[in-house]
Amino acid sequence: MSPSSAELLRQVKSQIDEVDPSEVHELLGHANGNGNGSTPVLIDVRETDEFSTGHLPGARHVPRGYLESRIEGTVADRDTPIVLYCASGNRSAYAARTLHDDLGYENVRSMTGGITLWKDRGYDVAVPRTLSSEQRERYSRHLLMTEIGTEGQQKLLDARVLLLGAGGLGSPTALYLAAAGVGTLGIVDDDVVDLSNLQRQVIHTNERIGVPKVDSAEETIHALNPDVEVIKYRTRIGADNIMEILDGYDIVVDGVDNFPTRYLLNDASVRLRIPVVSASILGFDGQLSVFSPYEGPCYRCLFPQPPPAELAPSCGANGVLGVLPGTMGLLQATEVVKLILGIGEPAIGRLLLYDALAATLGEVKVRRDPECPICSRPPDAISDEEMGVFPDYEAFCAAAG
Amino acid sequence: MATIKIPPVLRASVGGEKQVHAAGDNVGAVLRELASVHPATEGQLFAAGGELNRYVNVYLNDEDVRVLDGLDTAVAASDTLVILPAMAGGR
Repeated sequence: MSPSSAELLRQVKSQIDEVDPSEVHELLGHANGNGNGSTPVLIDVRETDEFSTGHLPGARHVPRGYLESRIEGTVADRDTPIVLYCASGNRSAYAARTLHDDLGYENVRSMTGGITLWKDRGYDVAVPRTLSSEQRERYSRHLLMTEIGTEGQQKLLDARVLLLGAGGLGSPTALYLAAAGVGTLGIVDDDVVDLSNLQRQVIHTNERIGVPKVDSAEETIHALNPDVEVIKYRTRIGADNIMEILDGYDIVVDGVDNFPTRYLLNDASVRLRIPVVSASILGFDGQLSVFSPYEGPCYRCLFPQPPPAELAPSCGANGVLGVLPGTMGLLQATEVVKLILGIGEPAIGRLLLYDALAATLGEVKVRRDPECPICSRPPDAISDEEMGVFPDYEAFCAAAG
Repeated sequence: MATIKIPPVLRASVGGEKQVHAAGDNVGAVLRELASVHPATEGQLFAAGGELNRYVNVYLNDEDVRVLDGLDTAVAASDTLVILPAMAGGR
């Protein structure tokens, strides 16, 4: 005769090892101090909606329905001590038997009373942050990707990205970062929208000619995604304010239009150890690289000295294909998202060269310069006075007017 | 003859070409050959002492010649030299 479910449960519990929440608490406490080899892997076998309302700190989540198929991805070694838990200690008992009897895990225990008893004892529960139903809908195409998922989307929402310039490069970058749910976008620009900007600066509109670019950008971003907080800096970035403005951002997107500011940004970002996703455009050509302080080269390692004015024309003087900043700005946005998520191979130590007319994307290697005047030294050795300065700086700026 | 890729700002100095060819056994020889055929490039590539201007990067294929042997870096006929000045445009 088949056993009743109550009899089956009794039977299973008699065949497995159980552990009291107080012992689990003590074992995990060890891990927080200096963990020894006996610290078990803690696995929550409940359903996803139960896990997301709160779980034991440090617990991994393997729903019981996926136990057999996913356990090896979580615990590969059959000798690793494992503690399983559920809501009250029943499902984890069945799971313990499966792991031991069917899959050969030698050191498996089920926590008696589950998370309910754990909470009754007054022990801490970690509550994972969750997305609202609107956010789950908005970011659903991200959530479907294993490389992003809820955790990655949360990283995007938590990220703070500073855009230098709401112009040609900054416009597409800001739009797509906002759409992707990058939670905080700082925008530095002291300019107002001009009719001649609209050939490429797609974050602005005809109606907003004469409006400060930071205000216009904020309006577009909020209309696109109200999740995004916009921090506006209607100012020119300079040696007097750059350290203050950059501080606290995770990544800076460089779309500035002049060399002195690029060197200044480089030096400040090295001091603050903030990666810079840098691009520049001219005519039909674009360049892009990621400068990650002390991990890869800095801007000065690549270009120790700016070219004289006749070899460094501005877009204002020489023109730029309107779609080119779109292409380069979105390559920048892509690098920003990769850096936030920690996926892929960012363009660190490489300079990408886009030729729009030829439709080619080439690259050259960029090495750290062991004699770099900035990044060969520790951040606190770099003084305010050296920031943004380069050989012949005075003459350069005089020539540039 | 090695291939030399010319950046936009130097194209006017080589008759508008995006790439040109020049002979030479090393980077210095190839670039001096370029400068002798297209004299307008000389002052843009070379400083008064004959060394490369600091603001001009030259790559042998994808490697910066500064980390190779500079102007003495050997060049084969199948190699490509990339001349690359910094650009600052962003607006």
